[in-house]
Amino acid sequence: MSALALAGLRKRYGRHDALRGVDLEVGDGELVGLLGPNGAGKSTLTKIACGLVHPSEGTVEVAEPFGYLAELFRFPGWCTADEVLLLHQQLTRSPGGPAERAELLELVRLEGDAGTRVEAMSKGMQQRLGLAQAMIGSPRLLLLDEPTSALDPGGRRTVRDLLEELRRRGVAVLLNTHLLSEVEQVCDRVVIIDRGLVVAAGTPTELEGGSGVEVELADGVRSFPGATREDVPRIVADLVADGEEIYGVRVARSTLEDVYLSTVADAR
Amino acid sequence: MRQLAQGLDRAAGVASMSGVWIVARHALQEALRRRVLLVVVVLTALFGGLYAWGCDELFQDLSGFQDNTQGLDARSLAGATIVGLAMFGGLFLGIVLATFLTAGAVRGDAERGLLQPLVVRPLTRTQYLVGRFLAAATVSAAYVLVVYFGAVLVTGWIGDFWPAHPFASGFRLAGAAVLVAALSLLGSVFLSATANGILMLMAYGMGLLAGLLGAIGDAIPSPTLQSIASTASWVLPFEALYRDALRLLVQDVPGVAGAIVQLGPLGGSHDAGPLLIPWVVLYLLLTLAAAAWAFRTRDL
Repeated sequence: MSALALAGLRKRYGRHDALRGVDLEVGDGELVGLLGPNGAGKSTLTKIACGLVHPSEGTVEVAEPFGYLAELFRFPGWCTADEVLLLHQQLTRSPGGPAERAELLELVRLEGDAGTRVEAMSKGMQQRLGLAQAMIGSPRLLLLDEPTSALDPGGRRTVRDLLEELRRRGVAVLLNTHLLSEVEQVCDRVVIIDRGLVVAAGTPTELEGGSGVEVELADGVRSFPGATREDVPRIVADLVADGEEIYGVRVARSTLEDVYLSTVADAR
Repeated sequence: MRQLAQGLDRAAGVASMSGVWIVARHALQEALRRRVLLVVVVLTALFGGLYAWGCDELFQDLSGFQDNTQGLDARSLAGATIVGLAMFGGLFLGIVLATFLTAGAVRGDAERGLLQPLVVRPLTRTQYLVGRFLAAATVSAAYVLVVYFGAVLVTGWIGDFWPAHPFASGFRLAGAAVLVAALSLLGSVFLSATANGILMLMAYGMGLLAGLLGAIGDAIPSPTLQSIASTASWVLPFEALYRDALRLLVQDVPGVAGAIVQLGPLGGSHDAGPLLIPWVVLYLLLTLAAAAWAFRTRDL
């Protein structure tokens, strides 16, 4: 069962096609990373998913309740952290009460700031409060648009831990980010979009795949592009049979960054 | 599961009043916590004090003025004029308040990122708009009524002048502020907060100017000026409400004094006829419906 299903999604802004027929599914409890260069259509896709933007064509099915953290958002400066969460509890009709608010603030490491006004918070604290707000009402799906853009390394670590916690709770997440390391570490699946089209999709391992075997010989390193770990015994046996002396073997793997850059470059 | 097909807004659905009240209460809380209302109360108290002082001075000066046989009732002239000024001042401040509370409600708040976290909740966009409207309309109408009835009571107590139809006048003034709140909300869907605020205040000024032209047109008389004023009254009915409120204020002042007070001081009194109130109600509903439709179809 899908927490999010987008089919044939198109969005035109005047003559500009922001999305050109995107199909995307996020299964229940699945963490999907959405990658793509600036202007690829990631934020438009996320906004369509949560109803902020109307698609020109296509259908959207979203599990209710869902939570959303916008890329650019702000809470009223006069509200305290607890009041922000209370307002969203009221709007979502969440029965969680003070216990839910306290738990969420603790989850984003703001447990001592329930009474702190938003205007007195750093940008990173506000972003963590935004994450807590998105989780009000125990959503089945979280749509996170650049949730770590304002965070320092410690804050990013908090978000990674939070994503792991969400996975444990079975919450589906669509994570729109530029940070490939986050996606590599926490996401079950990666979708790369460019110029409004899905140009690659799969698990991080599938996308990274093997990119060759390098064997260190007496006269230097010999490469076997496209070979995988399973090919190593045969390659070594062939080389030994040819009388070569082997000093080392390395299975070269491309990183998600390599895949991302080559995929986006190929698409252009 | 929520299904969102082309052109279908997730906000379309049965409106629940709870969302409206939550948004309205939040907007009122904001006005309180950001000390908007405190500033308004302090400045209004200052205005009230100055008004009472001015009223006292005015009616003391009148004590040496004897009614003459020309029909000039100095007490009525002074009372109607000063209450008319208070009506103008109170309505102007109420309109400023209504504009400030709504000018950035949609596009302004969306540009600042305040709107997005709210409207993705199980809250229709119409509910959000109605909530914002209720908060602004309540505050601005209440403000106008407090200033108006305060002025009426002070003038009556000091100068023994009582308007002919105080409640009907007050009702029309409050209605004018409510109309401006709705118009400003509609403007907020398309314009940034600053542009919308300027537009509203200019529209108010235009209405006032048209009313003054109408008063001149009545006095000369000039059918062209009367026609301009009449058209403006229907296009911007808050102006018609203000002039009708003035009419109800001075309706029973007799003789020369009556003729003078009907001309001013800031926009002459004018009877817009029995269609005014139905038109105002329809205008309000159309404005809110247009705002809701425009907001529903807008990408954020």
